[in-house]
Amino acid sequence: MNPVNYLYLAALLFTIGATGVLIRRNAIVVFMCVELMLNACNLAFVTFSRMHGNLDGQIIAFFTMVVAAAEVVVGLAIIVSLFRTRHSASVDDASLMKL
Amino acid sequence: MENLIALLIAAPLLGAAVLLCGGRRLDAVGHWIGTLLAGLSFVFGALLFADMLGKAADHRTVTQHLFSWIPVSGFQADVTFRLDQLSMTFVLLITGVGSLIHLYSVGYMEHDERRRRFFGYLNLFLAAMLLLVLADNYLLLYVGWEGVGLASYLLIGFWQHKPSAATAAKKAFLVNRVGDMGLSIAIMLMFTTFGTFAFGPVFADVSGTGEGKLTAIALMLLLAACGKSAQVPLQSWLGDAMEGPTPVSALIHAATMVTAGVYLIVRSGAVFNAAPDAQLVVTVVGAVTLLFGAIVGCAKDDIKKALAGSTMSQIGYMVLAAGLGPIGYVFAIMHLVTHGFFKAGLFLGAGSVMHGMNDEVDMRKYGGLRKYMPVTFVTFGLGYLAIIGFPGLSGFFSKDKIIEAAFAKGGTEGWILGGAALLGAAITAYYMTRVMIMTFFGEKRWQPDEHGHEPHPHESPKSMTIPMIVLAFGSVFAGGLFSFGDRFLHWLEPVTGHQEGHPPVSAAVVTGATLVVLLVGAGIAYVQYGRRPVPVVAPRGSLLTRAARRDLLQDDFNHVVLVRGGEHLTRSLVYMDHTVVDGVVNGTAASVGGLSGRLRRLQNGYARSYAVSMFGGAAVLVALTLLMRAV
Amino acid sequence: MSPQLAAYTTSTGEAFQFWVLGTVAVIGALCTVFMKKAVHSALCLAGTMIVLAVFYLANGAYFLGIVQIVVYTGAIMMLFLFVVMLVGVTAADSLKETIKGQRWLALVCGLGFGVLLLAGIANASLKDFNGLGRANANGNVEGLAALIFTKYVFAFEITGVLLITAAVGAMVLTHRERTERAKTQRELAEQRVREGKHLPPLPAPGVYARHNAVDIAGLLPDGTPSELTVNKTLRDRGQIRDVSDEAIADLKALEQRAAERLERAEDERPALKRTEEASK
Repeated sequence: MNPVNYLYLAALLFTIGATGVLIRRNAIVVFMCVELMLNACNLAFVTFSRMHGNLDGQIIAFFTMVVAAAEVVVGLAIIVSLFRTRHSASVDDASLMKL
Repeated sequence: MENLIALLIAAPLLGAAVLLCGGRRLDAVGHWIGTLLAGLSFVFGALLFADMLGKAADHRTVTQHLFSWIPVSGFQADVTFRLDQLSMTFVLLITGVGSLIHLYSVGYMEHDERRRRFFGYLNLFLAAMLLLVLADNYLLLYVGWEGVGLASYLLIGFWQHKPSAATAAKKAFLVNRVGDMGLSIAIMLMFTTFGTFAFGPVFADVSGTGEGKLTAIALMLLLAACGKSAQVPLQSWLGDAMEGPTPVSALIHAATMVTAGVYLIVRSGAVFNAAPDAQLVVTVVGAVTLLFGAIVGCAKDDIKKALAGSTMSQIGYMVLAAGLGPIGYVFAIMHLVTHGFFKAGLFLGAGSVMHGMNDEVDMRKYGGLRKYMPVTFVTFGLGYLAIIGFPGLSGFFSKDKIIEAAFAKGGTEGWILGGAALLGAAITAYYMTRVMIMTFFGEKRWQPDEHGHEPHPHESPKSMTIPMIVLAFGSVFAGGLFSFGDRFLHWLEPVTGHQEGHPPVSAAVVTGATLVVLLVGAGIAYVQYGRRPVPVVAPRGSLLTRAARRDLLQDDFNHVVLVRGGEHLTRSLVYMDHTVVDGVVNGTAASVGGLSGRLRRLQNGYARSYAVSMFGGAAVLVALTLLMRAV
Repeated sequence: MSPQLAAYTTSTGEAFQFWVLGTVAVIGALCTVFMKKAVHSALCLAGTMIVLAVFYLANGAYFLGIVQIVVYTGAIMMLFLFVVMLVGVTAADSLKETIKGQRWLALVCGLGFGVLLLAGIANASLKDFNGLGRANANGNVEGLAALIFTKYVFAFEITGVLLITAAVGAMVLTHRERTERAKTQRELAEQRVREGKHLPPLPAPGVYARHNAVDIAGLLPDGTPSELTVNKTLRDRGQIRDVSDEAIADLKALEQRAAERLERAEDERPALKRTEEASK
């Protein structure tokens, strides 16, 4: 098997995640789909690392994880405060520039 | 001594400031302050005159530089006064006649509660006119020119509670604006042509300048003169200006305002001399106006309007003379001065008559007043004899010279211009005799007014009769004094230059012809009005009479050509604005609005919609990248 | 797994692993997107992430594989679950699209993007895999550490700043400062009296002592549920279980059973009388 298949898998997962972001209304699920996209990228990075025979790709994947962790913290906090004010976690509800 | 020149202007200007800013506490003495300051100005003028007489004829021009007004590099405007023989003549006329009119107004305006304000305006008028004639450059002259326009507006509309007076003031101001535009254009042309607008440099540079430019400048100056001096085609304001108090009419017609145009032409003689075409236009304007005014004067039953027509006509004589060039300048000014005396006298006389007749102006309701107002009758009569050119009186000398000069123009033009002047003299004799007979002779025709008040004609107070008497003296003797030994000619010649005219027939024949037409004109009037009773209600009259009563349709002409034309132009412009301009603007707005209305749907506020666009964009970018790689 | 696994060629075992686990990963991803309940989505995503962790390991990224399981799946996904619980674990989303054309556009974009991406990868002719044998010679963790603390030390420091900022930000967003003193019980009672509404304490949830769960509304005499009886938070989330029909059905069953019992009793009574008579 050619390891390039990992890249195909990554592309597939990324596309699924992106489509999920566009389709789902629940902010939490949307957020999960974003995580899925990030993970797909990470897989691609790791595969590239193997391809080039150095560890820089893994470092980038590591940084991606850190940034994703920070993003999750802030994002979930936003969802919680949004839910508090609107009693709903739907991204479509926040369609006006006011409450 | 030169420092007095500024004081000449300063005195009436101070009067205007004090009277207009002083408020009610000056009501009691305001008129005397105004009269005193006008008289003071006359005293300064007389002192300067005496000083001038003491100098040699070639060294009489003095200038006083007051301050630099607009000191811009390449554009130097100074407040500098020039007093030469021409200015001196005007100064004496303006301050002399002006002071007499001030004195007269003390009595005439006695019952007007706004008398103080009236004197303030009169002083302002004098100051502006003095600034006009004393300026050493055209820009400063323009200031005085506008000042005269302002003061005339204020005075014609003095009885602003009458709508007719307010309208007349506006009309005078607007028509004058047309002329003022001519003057401002002339000044701009001068600046581009000569780089300056001071009298000295401009007149010195005339010889080296193309005739086309000079003709343009001269025609613009003529337009300005037409506006101020009520010459055809800008004559329409003069008749309506009679809405002002009678002293104002006297001031406008005799000493200030209408003389400004003649002054401008004579002062700019150097320019006109170098532009013969423009001179021809000036003479034509003068000839047309002198006939126009005379015909209008024949038909009017309003004594002041008849005199107004007369003024237009007499100013026409002056403009005609000024257009003749060096052979006419001196006579134009001489006629201006003598006219100043007798026209002021006539107007003051008319005011005196009105004063005694409950402000009635219709001559058909006068008649036989000589018994009731002897002083007015005598002074008015002397003015009458002067204006028709009765031998020995002022008008005879000055008008006769102009007719001679017109004939001396030579060629067909000379005959036409001279004939027009001669015809004008006949008509003058006719309408003035008519005024005289209808007012002072015949049966008394006055009736009680609508309140049942029978007029009680009476002689006016001393403050009114004294100026009339003084002016009557001027009317009688000024012409002879000037002509005896050609004194006025020698006096003015260093400034305006003079050239002896040679009429195709001898001067005696011209004089004889003038006297003959005078007698004919006066005779016809006597037959028409002296021998038969004057109807109280004006008969219908011939077509010409009716047209002349309507000022020879001047207002109708203006209405049809200018007002209607302007309205149509405006309407078409509005239509253009509505369809084309607004169409483009609104069309653009509508199309932008429609486009936005459709584009707005993209901005629905849903984050997911925006995410789709982002994702689609990313897809396009990937596609492009791959395409670039493939290529 | 030896370093040889991450070398240029892949073993049959890895291929088998890839195809099996790859299928699982894709199914997990699809379930993440299409599951109605957020909690199911989260669990599916967690499964996909674990598969990815295995793939990291297979690709020689041992450190990342472990971190993926410990930090990502263990911590971040659990954070997700916390929030899902907070928002309401039972709430199921409607998958019906509300924005016109959104679903079609999303599908077209997704398909187009995916096809382009796959085509791009296929076009790139990636055949030379160097393998991580040499890079991982001194151990994967040591290799990463060497890079992080030398070449990427600056980025590493900045990620530290980023994490602190994120932590502070999360606190700022979620923490609500109480701006006024909390009302005492006495004040609340007085307020209720002043407003004149509902003076006694709110009724307790539960129906006839049969259900006493907090999310079940108490029933009014006519059998309809009273929302007053349920906690406000649950009311806001719409997480009230309605048992009124059930209760009414129960009641009916009870009555039926009672009737049956009574009928039998009536049958028995004459028998009793008869025995009494017989005894006489």
